Amino acid sequence: MKRIGIDLSLIFVLGCFMLFAPPVLSDLVISKLDRRIDLSSQIVRTTMSLKVENNGVDAVSEILLPFPEQQAKNLASLTAVISEGKGKTKSYSGSLSIEVAKPEGMPSDVIFYSVSLPNELGKGGSLNLEVKAVFTHILRPFPEKITQADVQLVAFQDSAHYLSPYVVKAQSLTIKLPEPKVESYTKLENTKFSGSEIKYGPYENLPPFSYSPIVVHVVSNKPFALAQELVREIEISHWGNVQVTENYNLVHAGAELTGEFSRLEYQARPNIRGASAFRNLVARLPPRAHSIYYRDEIGNISTSNVYSDLGKTLLEIEPRYPMFGGWRTAFTIGYGLPLQDFLFRSEGKRFLNISFGSPMSDVVIENLTVKIVLPEGSSDISVSVPFPVKQFQETKFSHLDMVGRPVVVLEKTNVVPEHNQYFQVYYRFSNLSLLREPFMLIFGFFLFFVACVVYTHADFTISKSSPSYLAKLQWDEVQTAIQQFQDIMNQCLTVHDKLEASLRDLSRTGDVQACKAARKAADGLLKELAKELKPLVSFLQSSPQAVQILPKVEELVGKERELQEKLMLKHSTVVDSYEKKSGGRDIENRVAAVQQRISYLREEVDELLDIINEI
Amino acid sequence: MAAPETPQPTTLRHAFGNVLSLFVLLLIGVLAFSIRLFSFLTKNGVYDFWNWFDDRTWYPLGRVIGGTVYPGLTLTAGALWRIFNSLNIPLSVETVCVFTAPIFSAFASWATYLLTKEVKGAGAGLTAAALLAMTLNTGSLFYATLNAIAYFYMVCSWGGYTFIINLIPMHVLLCIVTGRYSSRLYIAYAPLVVLGTLLAALVPVVGFNAVMTSEHFASFLVFIILHVVALVYYIKGILTPQMFKVAVTLVVSVGLIVCGAVLAVLVALVASSPTKGWSGRSLSLLDPTYASKYIPIIASVSEHQPPTWPSYFMDINVLAFLVPSGIIACFLPLSDASSFAVLYIVTSVYFSGVMVRLMLVLAPAACIMSGIALSEAFDVFTRSIKFQLHGATQNPEANAGEGSNVDVVKTEKSEDSPKERASRKSKKKEKENVERASLVSRIEKRLLVLPMEASLIAIFLLVLLGAFYVVHCVWAAAEAYSAPSIVLTSRSHDGLHVFDDFREAYGWLRHNTEVDDKVASWWDYGYQTTAMANRTVIVDNNTWNNTHIATVGTAMSSPEKAAWDIFNSLDVKYVLVVFGGLVGYPSDDINKFLWMVRIGGGVFPHIKEPDYLRDGQYRIDSQATPTMLNCLMYKLSYYRFVDTDGRGYDRVRNTEIGKKYFKLTHFEEVFTTHHWMVRIYKLKAPRNRIRGKTKKSKSKGSSTTSSKRSGARKKNPWH
Repeated sequence: MKRIGIDLSLIFVLGCFMLFAPPVLSDLVISKLDRRIDLSSQIVRTTMSLKVENNGVDAVSEILLPFPEQQAKNLASLTAVISEGKGKTKSYSGSLSIEVAKPEGMPSDVIFYSVSLPNELGKGGSLNLEVKAVFTHILRPFPEKITQADVQLVAFQDSAHYLSPYVVKAQSLTIKLPEPKVESYTKLENTKFSGSEIKYGPYENLPPFSYSPIVVHVVSNKPFALAQELVREIEISHWGNVQVTENYNLVHAGAELTGEFSRLEYQARPNIRGASAFRNLVARLPPRAHSIYYRDEIGNISTSNVYSDLGKTLLEIEPRYPMFGGWRTAFTIGYGLPLQDFLFRSEGKRFLNISFGSPMSDVVIENLTVKIVLPEGSSDISVSVPFPVKQFQETKFSHLDMVGRPVVVLEKTNVVPEHNQYFQVYYRFSNLSLLREPFMLIFGFFLFFVACVVYTHADFTISKSSPSYLAKLQWDEVQTAIQQFQDIMNQCLTVHDKLEASLRDLSRTGDVQACKAARKAADGLLKELAKELKPLVSFLQSSPQAVQILPKVEELVGKERELQEKLMLKHSTVVDSYEKKSGGRDIENRVAAVQQRISYLREEVDELLDIINEI
Repeated sequence: MAAPETPQPTTLRHAFGNVLSLFVLLLIGVLAFSIRLFSFLTKNGVYDFWNWFDDRTWYPLGRVIGGTVYPGLTLTAGALWRIFNSLNIPLSVETVCVFTAPIFSAFASWATYLLTKEVKGAGAGLTAAALLAMTLNTGSLFYATLNAIAYFYMVCSWGGYTFIINLIPMHVLLCIVTGRYSSRLYIAYAPLVVLGTLLAALVPVVGFNAVMTSEHFASFLVFIILHVVALVYYIKGILTPQMFKVAVTLVVSVGLIVCGAVLAVLVALVASSPTKGWSGRSLSLLDPTYASKYIPIIASVSEHQPPTWPSYFMDINVLAFLVPSGIIACFLPLSDASSFAVLYIVTSVYFSGVMVRLMLVLAPAACIMSGIALSEAFDVFTRSIKFQLHGATQNPEANAGEGSNVDVVKTEKSEDSPKERASRKSKKKEKENVERASLVSRIEKRLLVLPMEASLIAIFLLVLLGAFYVVHCVWAAAEAYSAPSIVLTSRSHDGLHVFDDFREAYGWLRHNTEVDDKVASWWDYGYQTTAMANRTVIVDNNTWNNTHIATVGTAMSSPEKAAWDIFNSLDVKYVLVVFGGLVGYPSDDINKFLWMVRIGGGVFPHIKEPDYLRDGQYRIDSQATPTMLNCLMYKLSYYRFVDTDGRGYDRVRNTEIGKKYFKLTHFEEVFTTHHWMVRIYKLKAPRNRIRGKTKKSKSKGSSTTSSKRSGARKKNPWH
């Protein structure tokens, strides 16, 4: 019922044109018009080739292309070119500039776009115009809610006659269908249905603004992926990377699923039970894209694949669940691109040359925001985009930023793959700024270490005369003294070892003289050490801080002295016996008592040393 | 001095590996929730955090977050995040949360190292324990205060702090009983109790529990005992021995009376509280059978089950064998610190035997013990090698005759290892009777020396053991602890297969339901649902309200109509069940179902466990009871399951299901994940009343409904 209601209103509105018969704008005549409407995806693409003749007197510099308001609202892109020649020799001009025009005396329900011709069309002149219009949202799912078992039906409305302010001499319309299944279509005279196409026309000699509404109701199970929100962030790093991050907010804009969703049915016959659902999307990334990721707010999504060759990188992503009508999802894809492929220099400026829209060809984007994050310190920024966009600047703070990075923000609504054109961002950036951050880091760490060095070497005592400070100073002195003391003791012990070694040498070689010499040397050394020891011990005795340790020190000194004596005793006994040529066993017997005492003392000394060491 | 230095790094690494993995384990468990807490914290600041009333959980009750969480980790992560962001380093909330764990494990291993050093060191639990040990050795008030602060942090972070606050008094008591009381002990302990309790009471979730529950009672008792002992020592110093004896008899007789009175009052107080002043979790620690007897909700958590032997091997691996030798090594010279370590290991082994979760407490203790054991072993072996090397160079002399004596002297000098020192120290007093002792010790030392080849092989084997342990730890950390239970993987011949069903379902809920919709599921999935699906849940993993959980359990165990009534009264829109029967995922809701019945039945007596069991057996095949086959959980799990393979073969229970073909009358399937692991149902809207039918049913059942109404009211607490 709703559908028919809309149809009636349209017919009414357009019927008004016929009744009031607005004035003819000029003497232009469209002698031949060919319209093809492609319904094979959610994006409706209309291509028209018009042959325009000027039958009037005045030269004409612009041609008007009207669209009903309903369509104009959803017009995503409109381009017109002039073609010359025919067949293989056909050549196209650059796309012509198009502006919204408001000619007087025209109904407000029709929006006019005026195409400016590069050369005025003189009297009797003619040209071939190729117009391509892309619409979104004009395929309406009908019924609006379906169950899992139903197919998705869409309705498309247009006019069989081209809505034109000019006289159209001959015209025809071809509608390409997504699937060769039609629920219904408006039958007029000269209507032909040939499975994959419906053809209206040819119609001849129709007056301006003739209108003949048609409705085509067909099966379309094509994915209706609609990104309600897409934020693309393109971050340039002059260290060699362009990082692209794309945040999608996706919805299946086709007929909504109602009732149960049965996984069983879907798994058993996915093409019948869930015909309109889509499982995956393919993003066509530039070649040499790397570090590709695909995640959402709850983590990595593991169902994705990357295929790459020299010309492109294909990223195939699957949302977490199959997307049925009305279901939503949100995800992020990101990838890095090599800098040299996208950043160039011209006239002292750098410019980024990168494509505007989403890399996914099946997705319609309602609101697209492209943010280009330039390196910190960029200046003199300008943007050149081949179509009108909203544009402003902001600042972003990221790693080690001081003043923030300039961000160019471009906003556009209703973006289709036709907008995937290259755009340029020009800016100035000196290479020296590149080194700022590393230097900052180096300097930071340098400062940190300097601070550490200063801290360990500086004296932060508040009062130099406070008792605790003095005590600490004294304690330091005591510690150095003890350190020296320990060194000396250790030296003594090595001397003792040498003496023992000389005894062993004696038992091996029997060289009494050498042994005596060793003893003499040891004697001298020990005496020197004893001399050094004296001031240390007296210092420790005088120092109040060393009270704890003093008894141990004194005990150690005593023990060591005794050890020395015993060793000497043993040494002399052994040497004597050798001189007397007494037997080995005999010597051992004689020294046994002394030896025991020595080894005991030695242990004691070691122990004391350890204790002092621990203090 | 080379010998003791070699084992230190290995000890450290070992400690690191294990503690790391365990901390990761700890954090993963609460990660989903803490990320949510933390994102709130970063958005709203600390003060709002304290006052945060979370209406996303425990619908319709809500939850006072500030008063029911241990805020330590969240606040730490929040502070880290703030610091990073102020430095313009944009880190995401999740990144900070995840990396807090390794940072903490690094701290933990450092603390373990310190503690080990104290126990068996050259000079001077976890952080708190290490600091305590430090205080014991230094007797510094500074460290004691630090200790109290570390304890405060522990209270902030984890409910397991009660372990520490009981362990430390036990140690102090042990010291007093064995006559090791000193002023250092006093300085170490007294400030901890006073400051620690004051600080702990600052944490909202603890509050007055810090002085009111029996878990903290031990610390106060020991605090009193310590003061009594200190007083006794003081008086002993003042009085002459005779006077002292008199005083003792006097004081003891009076004291006994006073103590008896106080004890009687305490016992009366404790006995008057229903759980005897102990919270359920702690009671189940002391009596492992307590929980299963009285509190099904505690027993139903797998973390609270006693661990199996394999889980010990899995978690601590070779440490299990090294720990006993470590304990022996601790006894060789029993110092204050090493007695602490022994006490620590013994209690933690006991507790870990009660609850899997407390394996966390065991891990550091085991690390310390095995570190000591390894260190000792390396010490012995390296010393032997050294000795043998010296021996080799001096062999000719030894042959010449007098060498033997000299050799001993030589070796003695080279043995500057801590072990030697320690053992010597312990024998210091014996050595008063001079020469014999020294001879004995010399012989002993020679006996301690092992043959060169044996020690070389042993060192090699030990290193190998350590290496394998490192490999095991890395593996365990990667596979067992880091693999989140939310993403499951299985390896088959054609590669890795990922089961990402949970996130699929949560993602679906997040994007395809209304923001205010309430989702009912068993409480295990509560945190996940709030965090990942961002939907309000009825119950969650913070199991503070048994009645509420029992309501959900009752709904799940009721027939469809009754369940619909309960859920509808709770304003639930969606019911989520986890079902593993298709792919063989064993921890699904059917396997947990008996707990739902038990917990539900604990509050609503019309749910009786025997109704769901056939001859005491839990089964879902054709022998199952009709109550079982008609309950909501069975129906939601197996709805249209039979159509998958024609006979409804459940791969978890390895049986064909009992009731195969049935329709849902009050629920409709709205989503099922790829592997059927999560199934989401929507409550059907109440049916429009058709005039003729209602009249009929009214006239028919007027007598029955009126009689049933009172019963129905009892069944459903929200009516």
